[in-house]
Amino acid sequence: MAATDVDVFSNEEKRSLNLGGHVGFDSLPDQLVSKSVTQGFCFNILCVGETGIGKSTLMNTLFNTMFENEEASHYQNGVYLRPRTYDLLESNVHLKLTIVDTVGFGDQINKEDSYKPIVDYIDTQFENYLQEELKIKRSLFNYHDTRIHICLYFIAPTGHSLKSLDLVTMKKLDSKVNIIPIIAKADTISKNDEAVSEINASMNALLPFAVVGSVEEVKVGNKTVRARQYPWGIVQVENENHCDFVKLREMLIRVNMEDLREQTHARHYELYRRCKLEEMGFKDTDPDSQPFSLQETYEAKRKEFLGDLQRKEEEMRQMFVNKVKETEAELKEKERELHDKFEQLKRMHQEEKRKVEEKRRDLEEEMNGFNRKKVAAETLSLSQPLKKDKDKKN
Amino acid sequence: MGPYYIDLHKTAVQTQQKSLEGYVGFASLPNQVYRKSVKRGFEFTLMVVGESGLGKSTLINSLFLTDLYSLEYPGPSHRIKKTVQVEQSKVLIKEGGVQLLLTIVDTPGFGDAVDNSNCWQPIIDHIDSKFEDYLNSESRVNRRQMPDSRIHCCLYFIAPSGHGLKPLDIEFMKRLHEKVNVIPLIAKADTLTPEECQQFKKQIMREILEHKIKIYEFPETDDEEENKLVKKIKDKLPLAVVGSNTIIEVNSKRVRGRQYPWGVAEVENSDHCDFTILRDMLIRTHMQDLKDVTNNVHYENYRSRKLAAVTYNGPDNNRAAKGPLSTKSPLAQMEEERRDHVTKMKKMEMEMEQVFEMKVKEKVQKLKDSEAELQRRHEQMKKNLEAQHRELEDKRRVFEDERSNWEANQRLEQQKMEASRTLEKNKKKGKIF
Repeated sequence: MAATDVDVFSNEEKRSLNLGGHVGFDSLPDQLVSKSVTQGFCFNILCVGETGIGKSTLMNTLFNTMFENEEASHYQNGVYLRPRTYDLLESNVHLKLTIVDTVGFGDQINKEDSYKPIVDYIDTQFENYLQEELKIKRSLFNYHDTRIHICLYFIAPTGHSLKSLDLVTMKKLDSKVNIIPIIAKADTISKNDEAVSEINASMNALLPFAVVGSVEEVKVGNKTVRARQYPWGIVQVENENHCDFVKLREMLIRVNMEDLREQTHARHYELYRRCKLEEMGFKDTDPDSQPFSLQETYEAKRKEFLGDLQRKEEEMRQMFVNKVKETEAELKEKERELHDKFEQLKRMHQEEKRKVEEKRRDLEEEMNGFNRKKVAAETLSLSQPLKKDKDKKN
Repeated sequence: MGPYYIDLHKTAVQTQQKSLEGYVGFASLPNQVYRKSVKRGFEFTLMVVGESGLGKSTLINSLFLTDLYSLEYPGPSHRIKKTVQVEQSKVLIKEGGVQLLLTIVDTPGFGDAVDNSNCWQPIIDHIDSKFEDYLNSESRVNRRQMPDSRIHCCLYFIAPSGHGLKPLDIEFMKRLHEKVNVIPLIAKADTLTPEECQQFKKQIMREILEHKIKIYEFPETDDEEENKLVKKIKDKLPLAVVGSNTIIEVNSKRVRGRQYPWGVAEVENSDHCDFTILRDMLIRTHMQDLKDVTNNVHYENYRSRKLAAVTYNGPDNNRAAKGPLSTKSPLAQMEEERRDHVTKMKKMEMEMEQVFEMKVKEKVQKLKDSEAELQRRHEQMKKNLEAQHRELEDKRRVFEDERSNWEANQRLEQQKMEASRTLEKNKKKGKIF
């Protein structure tokens, strides 16, 4: 981390001393500059705007180079972000420039979710940085920073107020990234348009730059300048009366590039980081408002985490125990039912048996009765023939 | 993270070289950096360690051309207490529009006791506590200002014995070389002749190499010229210094030096000592690099060790014994552990499920067998009963047949008898006439 404002130490005794000669630490800024030139600089631009609105042309114009770009079709079924990285060299300064284009923005019929991929992309770059920052072994000083430093939001030069898509998107992006609204193709709106002042008012004094981009060169007078040639005149890109291109370039590249990078890191990234950490349950102070040390924080988190895992394990075991108990009870019930059923059958069977026995006895008795009758009848018939004979004798 | 873009970090970044067709203006970036840094101001923390009486305060005053140490703010040799202290003082100095907040940390009492074992410990503790402070403020959820009070450089003063390093010197440097940039200096070099100094330096460097002590190394650059200078400096290590803020006239020049009966030892004369080399290196060319090395190397070492300890804390930390440090953050580590745990749980669940199913199957099978058995018995009994029934029926039928036959016979007999009796009766009646 870089040195911070000196006033931080205001509560510690600080003596101001005079030097008795040239010490030489006034070279410190040069030392710092030399180091950063050796490292190279990096800058990431996100261009948001409808297809065909002039994003690529403007980038080419700004950086005086033909960046590759295939013309995008209007028939994408979603919004796609296309990052491209270029190595540029000017004097002895290396710039790693990444331009992220939004393809398909504003082309769908339902644009409700159009802003989401953009916000996602921005968040992901923050997340990647955060992950690197949180690693145990990390190398931040040669990390390729892909966080978006500036978002150029292209507004269509309709001459009316902002479209609702623009409002929604800009609102979502506003807290995440530095935004510069740009009225594209400014050569299609006449000066002093209502739109410009209206937009001004609706965007809190943010000044949208009305720009014209061109990589073609046209001869004006005896100079060759970049311009767009129309039958009714020549729109000169670098003429401040014609458009704000110069102002934009001045602001973006020549004056504030470093500022924008710092803002992204110190404000937007910190906001993201803070939200993310809070979401994960990290706090800076415990209930008694004593600040946590990193160790304590991690230990606490870890304890919580392990406790969580333990609990889950317990839960699962318990669930099984319950399941087993339930099933056992079910099976026992079934067993009992079976038992009952057979008890009943047994009883029925006993009953039947008894009946059969009864019948048997009845039969037996009948048979006995019959036999007695038979015997009786026989004895009778034995005595009968005597009587007959007796009768015959008479 | 949807499929909306190519993740620059997961795929190899393809950068294209592009040449510019005109002046763009980002060449002003260095200027932007310059301006910002001047506005912010700079800070530097320098630690000074050595036995008392080696001229540390004088050297600091000479380096910065100011009375950092004075009667009001005495140097460490005048503040010795019973134990080694680590104390710091801050001064604000300005030059050419550049503001520098300089913190000097000194260690009164170091090496002055009879038993100096562990006299380096308070120093190590101090350095670590500064790292800890920085780590804590870097890790806060709400980070605002992150004051950097880490030690950027440690000047270690070696007594000019002419023989070699003392055991204390070696111990100290061995323990601190991986925590801070150590620059060893030969103090009071004006007590050594050039030859003695040369010998002494060679001896010291030999011992430093032998004990594998890593003193601060000047970085190589792409610049030929600079590299030549760097090589020259390396040949003169360790630097032999003399300090003084007394102005003396020598050959009608006003110089800073030490007046002896035999002459003047000039501080800024490179034939007399290496003071200018030290000053140029420490302040004019490598101050930023010292800060960078502290931040990128020493601090990162401290941080990774600290976080590894925190991560691998806990009952299931058998990983601590395993291989090299993970590059993951403790959070990612926990994520991984959580994933492992989920897998483990799934496996456990599956196993339990299997066992459960098997037991259930067993029991159900038993129940089925039981049912089958009972059913069989019931069938058997039923069959028996039916057989008995049938038998009975048969018997009955047979009996009834017999009976009805017999009864029929009886009736027949009876009829016959009736018939014959009637005949008889009739005969009797008929015969009488």
